Amino acid sequence: MKKLMVLIATIAAAGCSSSTVEKDYDAEVVRLINSDFKSKGSVQIEKFVQQDEVQKLCSQDGELSQDALASIRDSQMKTVKYPADDQYLGDWEKGIKIANNGKGGQFSDKPGSVSGGNCFGCHQITKEEVAFGTMGPSLYQYGKLRGNSKEIYQYTWAKIYNAQASIACSNMPRFGHAGILTEEQIKDLMALLLDPESPTNK
Amino acid sequence: MRLIGQAILLALTMQLTVSAFADDAEDNDIYAEFLEDGNPAEFSEINGEELWKTKAGPNNVSLEQCDLGKGPGVVEGAYVELPRYFSDVNKVMDLEQRLIHCRMTLQGLTQEEATKQPFSKPGKASDIEPLVAYITAASKGMKMAVKLEHPMEKEAYEIGKKLFFHRAGSHDFGCVTCHSADNKRIRLQNLPNLLDKKQAQKVYATWPAYRLSQGEVRSMQHRLRSCIRQQRFPNPKYASDAITALTMYLAKSADGAVYAAPAIKR
Ligand code: HEC
Ligand code: HEC
Repeated sequence: MKKLMVLIATIAAAGCSSSTVEKDYDAEVVRLINSDFKSKGSVQIEKFVQQDEVQKLCSQDGELSQDALASIRDSQMKTVKYPADDQYLGDWEKGIKIANNGKGGQFSDKPGSVSGGNCFGCHQITKEEVAFGTMGPSLYQYGKLRGNSKEIYQYTWAKIYNAQASIACSNMPRFGHAGILTEEQIKDLMALLLDPESPTNK
Repeated sequence: MRLIGQAILLALTMQLTVSAFADDAEDNDIYAEFLEDGNPAEFSEINGEELWKTKAGPNNVSLEQCDLGKGPGVVEGAYVELPRYFSDVNKVMDLEQRLIHCRMTLQGLTQEEATKQPFSKPGKASDIEPLVAYITAASKGMKMAVKLEHPMEKEAYEIGKKLFFHRAGSHDFGCVTCHSADNKRIRLQNLPNLLDKKQAQKVYATWPAYRLSQGEVRSMQHRLRSCIRQQRFPNPKYASDAITALTMYLAKSADGAVYAAPAIKR
């Protein structure tokens, strides 16, 4: 702060126009995150200072160009790891629990606790769960409407693994890529969405 | 003490009555109806006025000479112009930073003592919450008028805006993720679109608020801390410049709103 004031004073004294005092607010943001937040458990300050390329681009106030959006999708598609055993569907009953669990990544969470997906936070999924959010589209009857092709399996897997592989700057977290959910948890969520026996499709 | 007991009782009754409506789209308007019967925040305001006027600290003086920006001792209308630049510290401060400053410089408390209990917990009351309730209530009915005249005020605003759009961490969340679209909700909680002037005004002008779910008057510092936690950001330090910058951005977005807090909320 002091340095900035000195800088402004110097420039003003030199008679420069005020437009030359373009301040680097990004640098100030980094400085403030470093000084005003405390790392705790898995929530480390570095991750908030060092945004990855996608986070940097998606933090801009204003629309990105079509090219920029396409290049985000391409780079994110490359991160998607499909299940090694080619088995996409796990257990939908476990999937419901994961979709209901909002734990993980918060500074109040116990370190080492298992994270959930909190899918209900943003999506309607089953008829039974009425406390659902609306940040994302309704996924009720997802499997019934989309069918059970390999293509749909892969699209849905990629969406959960890295939502930005299909929609750049999506508000949905990149659950697999960011390591929030394990491969097994994603399988259970896949079953919740796509298993014909799941309440999603009833 | 009896007042506080009554407040808690009232809060509990209201919580029971209100919870059935809590998910309604206009939930805060429903709470507004209760205001006619009195907002428990009023007990806090009275309590805060007493704290303001009571001699305390090693220097044994009250806060009555605290300069909240409109001159020593002026409480009326101070909040609608905060955060603001203070020349005595050469820095932009929000209400709580300034309050801590006064507790330290006037009353002689150490920083640790002055910031000891920013938010009350069961059995551990905060002095700061009632003081904030008292000071903010003295701006009721006035228009939000943060100035942004001083370069440092402008800078705080720009940094706050950057922080608002800053997406990072495990979930890629920024304030912008949850507060940039109309009519969205997380679970059943409505998310105001803070990029929309009307909504930003309505939100800012109703903080601090007596929160029925918590039975306490909560300040903007407290609200932002909960959001930052949900955002999966690291733990923010209380009354830090980062929070003041965010508050500056929000306060300016609410420019012209008729201030109506402490309000009552879910
Ligand atoms: C913070 C909000 C948020 C959370 C949490 C969230 N989603 Fe999403 N989801 C969205 C948004 C927004 C979209 C639409 C944009 C997109 O497709 O990326 C979406 C889209 C989707 C789609 C694509 C729908 C379609 O019609 O193609 C699927 C499938 C999905 N989400 C599944 C999930 C699952 C499973 C979880 C939990 C592990 C989850 N979501 C958690 C916000 C969220
Ligand atoms: C993951 C979602 C999420 C993120 C990220 C988030 N918020 Fe919130 N915000 C909420 C929820 C949920 C509420 C509570 C709504 C309610 O109580 O009905 C809320 C409420 C608020 C309110 C009070 C609204 C009112 O009506 O009184 C303000 C102000 C606010 N947020 C600002 C912010 C700021 C600034 C940031 C970034 C530092 C932020 N939020 C980040 C979810 C979020």
